[in-house]
Amino acid sequence: MIRIAIPYLFAASGGVLAERSGIVSLTLEGFMLGGAFAAVVGTYYSGSPWIGVLSGMIGGVMFALIHAITTIRYRADQVVVGVAINLLAIGVTRFFLKLFFASSSNSPRVTGFGGNIKAGGFDNPLLWLGLMVAPAVAFVIYRTPFGLRVRAAGEHPQAAESVGVNVKRVRYLAVAISGILAGLGGVYLALDQHQFTDQMTAGRGFIAISAVIFGRWNPIRAALACLLFAAAETLQIQLQGSHAIPSQFIEMIPYLLVIIALAGVVGRAVPPAALGKAEE
Amino acid sequence: MTAPSVANGTTPTFAPTPWRERAEEALIPPLVALLVALICGDLLILSYGQSPAAVYRMLLEGTWGNAYGFGQVLYKATTLAFTGLAVSFGLRAGLFNIGGESQLAAGGFAAALTGLVLPVATPLVVALLLCMVAAGCAGGIVGAVPAYLKTRFGAHEVIVTIMLNFIVLALLNWFIAGHLHVPETLHTPEIHAGILPRLADMNPRFHGSAANLALVVAIIVAAAVWFYLFRARGGYELRAVGLQPEAAEYGGINVGRVWMKALTFSGVIAGMGGVNYVLGYKHYYEDGFASGAGFLGIAVALVGRNHPFGVLLAAFFFATLSQGGLAIHAFVPKQMMDVLQGVVIIAVATSVPEVRRVLRSARRRSDA
Repeated sequence: MIRIAIPYLFAASGGVLAERSGIVSLTLEGFMLGGAFAAVVGTYYSGSPWIGVLSGMIGGVMFALIHAITTIRYRADQVVVGVAINLLAIGVTRFFLKLFFASSSNSPRVTGFGGNIKAGGFDNPLLWLGLMVAPAVAFVIYRTPFGLRVRAAGEHPQAAESVGVNVKRVRYLAVAISGILAGLGGVYLALDQHQFTDQMTAGRGFIAISAVIFGRWNPIRAALACLLFAAAETLQIQLQGSHAIPSQFIEMIPYLLVIIALAGVVGRAVPPAALGKAEE
Repeated sequence: MTAPSVANGTTPTFAPTPWRERAEEALIPPLVALLVALICGDLLILSYGQSPAAVYRMLLEGTWGNAYGFGQVLYKATTLAFTGLAVSFGLRAGLFNIGGESQLAAGGFAAALTGLVLPVATPLVVALLLCMVAAGCAGGIVGAVPAYLKTRFGAHEVIVTIMLNFIVLALLNWFIAGHLHVPETLHTPEIHAGILPRLADMNPRFHGSAANLALVVAIIVAAAVWFYLFRARGGYELRAVGLQPEAAEYGGINVGRVWMKALTFSGVIAGMGGVNYVLGYKHYYEDGFASGAGFLGIAVALVGRNHPFGVLLAAFFFATLSQGGLAIHAFVPKQMMDVLQGVVIIAVATSVPEVRRVLRSARRRSDA
């Protein structure tokens, strides 16, 4: 279950940070896919998964920068660009999968971390990093000057500007870090499966954004939501074949919970006030 | 999206923007995007060691150059026209419907179900109408959910429609995989009532291409949307809400009702798109047939600048890209077109506010 939760934890933590700064994070899916692909390319050509981690972070941040520049510098619509980034990530990874590995479905096998069956995945350093990332983001958001600026940029950018905060720079940084984190989520996924497959993130970025909303934009609550969704998925794998509950209904759980949360049935989910609004 | 500018400290003006300025603001962004896409395309083609000019020529020959290719473009454009019209209808009311993917699938599913239930002897026109109504209703129901949650609880329609995509597609998958499929496949049995004639039946030159009369339906829907938006009172209210909901409310318009109407009918239009595949091409519903056409509808609406006829043109453009990918696949992987689609959307989304800003500041300077 922890292994399933790790990509969500990375991506959702990144999502919380970007959304708290006022930038809509429908792009997590694309960042993850970019990170996963870059990680496999890096590992394949260097033979070292650590280089893969590095290139995966670069892959995630590259897509994040496209998102940041178009929406912050040029004030393009964040939702539209977000959808496009996801399409672009699918397209770019497919094209270069074909160019580098002459395949339209998957890359060759690459080395990963750990691999000791008895350790059950706990010998993977990325797993430990993933467990720490949500508390770290919580610390940054609530206990550092940068975090205060992020929250100010997301709640009331004009007020933040008036006291000397460079809102655009704060948002650039927040989106870039979310790209790195979501990219790491993709890295974990790809190295855990030892290869890249076309569209391998398969909606995980959207589960992560569901966790962000369900966790009401709080990193710790979002992390708990990630664990909850991962538990549901584990349950689904265990139930497979028993036909007690069709797997499709368990797949729906995260999405249904988000809609219920937004409708305010159990405690209203209120987004950051300036979420999605471009700063002049 | 041509509200009089009140930003940047200029005097608010309530005179309508002259048509020439409107045309400039509407047409320049797609042209900029086309240019950017061409450059990116060049780079991708060169990375494969091919000559861009030769590949582009091949792309044109494979799409507009022969009747089969052109027919395939028309077929693909039909679905995109429906999903593009759906997105643009919502956007005119200021609402972003990202649920086109599941509304399209639900519409196709309902059309297939109706076709299966109807006796084979049902007169064609009756069967077609019933199937289309079913498709529209199914899409409309999926569209009404975010509409209700938005008006009743203020839930943001972007998130709700995205989440609904996953829910509805999982539900349909459950229906098909668990109950309705032909063994070894993920599609329903073939239907016999309510089949749309293909263009190839009328002109043998289109032989083999899937283009069918759903194309005509799409054009009729576009005309109807145009009439409603620009010639009917309801459409005027809808656009007023899209420009400035608070002002519309003050002006006596029931904003909640307009939102309900806009998102529901957006779903109806996307749902009707399902008939193109189900009644016009395969004659069955297959799991995953929408395959991104719903999401691409966002691109189509954006490039078509939310105008029904612009949307038709944009649908034709994106269909050409997608069919063109197949035409050049032997030399450059068709995945290149996936990249270019993303590039076009980002370029248009970025240049729309930028072009408006540049044009308006240039005009202010010439006025002064």
